[in-house]
Amino acid sequence: MSVTDELKAAVQAQTNKSGDAGHPMEDFLRMDRIPHIWCPTCGIGVVVNCFARALEKIGIPLDDVAVVSGIGCTGRVAGYVKIDSFHTTHGRAIPFATGLKLGNPKLKVVVISGDGDLVSIGGNHFVHAARRNVDITVICVNNFNYAMTGGQMAATSPTDSILTTSPYGNFETPFNLPFLAESVGATYVARWTALHIHRQTEAMIDALTKPGFTFVEILAPCPTIFERRNKFGDGLDRLNYYYEHSEIKHGEPTANVDVGLRTKIIVGKFVDKDRPTWLDSMNSHLKRKLGDRFTPYEG
Amino acid sequence: MRIREHKKPFGFEKPSRPHGKIIIIDERCKGCGFCVEYCPQDVLELSERFNKKGYHPPEAVNDHACVNCGFCRMICPEFAIYTVEDEPVIG
Ligand SMILES: Cc1ncc(C[n+]2csc(CCOP(=O)(O)OP(=O)(O)O)c2C)c(N)n1
Ligand code: SF4
Ligand SMILES: [Mg+2]
Repeated sequence: MSVTDELKAAVQAQTNKSGDAGHPMEDFLRMDRIPHIWCPTCGIGVVVNCFARALEKIGIPLDDVAVVSGIGCTGRVAGYVKIDSFHTTHGRAIPFATGLKLGNPKLKVVVISGDGDLVSIGGNHFVHAARRNVDITVICVNNFNYAMTGGQMAATSPTDSILTTSPYGNFETPFNLPFLAESVGATYVARWTALHIHRQTEAMIDALTKPGFTFVEILAPCPTIFERRNKFGDGLDRLNYYYEHSEIKHGEPTANVDVGLRTKIIVGKFVDKDRPTWLDSMNSHLKRKLGDRFTPYEG
Repeated sequence: MRIREHKKPFGFEKPSRPHGKIIIIDERCKGCGFCVEYCPQDVLELSERFNKKGYHPPEAVNDHACVNCGFCRMICPEFAIYTVEDEPVIG
């Protein structure tokens, strides 16, 4: 018996002993792939819990949902959820999701991926999907670095952060993701930290139920790289840091919500507005131009 | 008998509060301590025991106080702890 099999058997024995239905996440995850690869005190697992809870609260059948990830530690989410999912190449989660949505507009398409994946290598896709207002929800787990490949500096790394490729500190100016998302047209923008479980769940519900390009940024600890190199301690210390330094400011202009290395963290719902989605715009535009010659596309 | 010792002082039932049974899946735990730190009722502590992976899983040292809020289950990145509704605690 391999070590993993042994662990699984032990877990099974304990679950049987407790005499109930088992962990509620067991219906949502591909349990044959658990335990997952995320490091102890990594925040990604918390985001998965909240995402599952959001879907449960919305009450949408899981067959009507598709999850798309790119590559990275966060990208692994697509492989762990027991719903239709696709683990795309690095940076290409959003174009894949766009195609999926347009191929089957009745699907609820959700992109869950890392900061490096979504706004560094995949930055242009992010910009244009938001500009077009493609009807997808993007959940970005921002751990301020390219974690899976050993902690290179990313477009989100705060100035002065020490990373593998910035041993003397980062001298660049990072993206402020809510500001970026709003300026390119997202209809819903919120930021929470991994500690804000109820708030992030509510934000995911808002984003998933709102038409258009909706964006939720979750700041999450990466104890193995970001927290360790920048002397924040482990993930628990970082949650305590979030607890002490987060300030909730709903409706704050996104230009004011930069995250510095050791500054306070502004969280909240920043943008919630209405704009026609790409598909609605296409249908209404072509209907106007072509009249009866055009049949609106509904999938 | 003092009024507060009556079972139904003013014709009301004694107040009850929810109570949860805590289930910890030891072998899945990586000992992060999130649940211990953030349980609002201070029900949990990291145990002295080791699991098979060499981490210290939490244990419920004050399970009577659990109100079945489920915060531990939501904050656990390993899917290793959850609560189920138990008989409410009266009084
Ligand atoms: C085209 C391509 N370039 C580079 C890589 C290497 N690579 C794998 S994961 C990753 C970084 C992922 O960072 P992020 O999206 O922030 O996810 P995290 O691991 O931080 O959750 C990189 C650069 C790759 N897999 N494919
Ligand atoms: S390297 Fe960082 S982001 Fe990746 S699993 Fe470990 S803690 Fe999480
Ligand atoms: Mg990252």
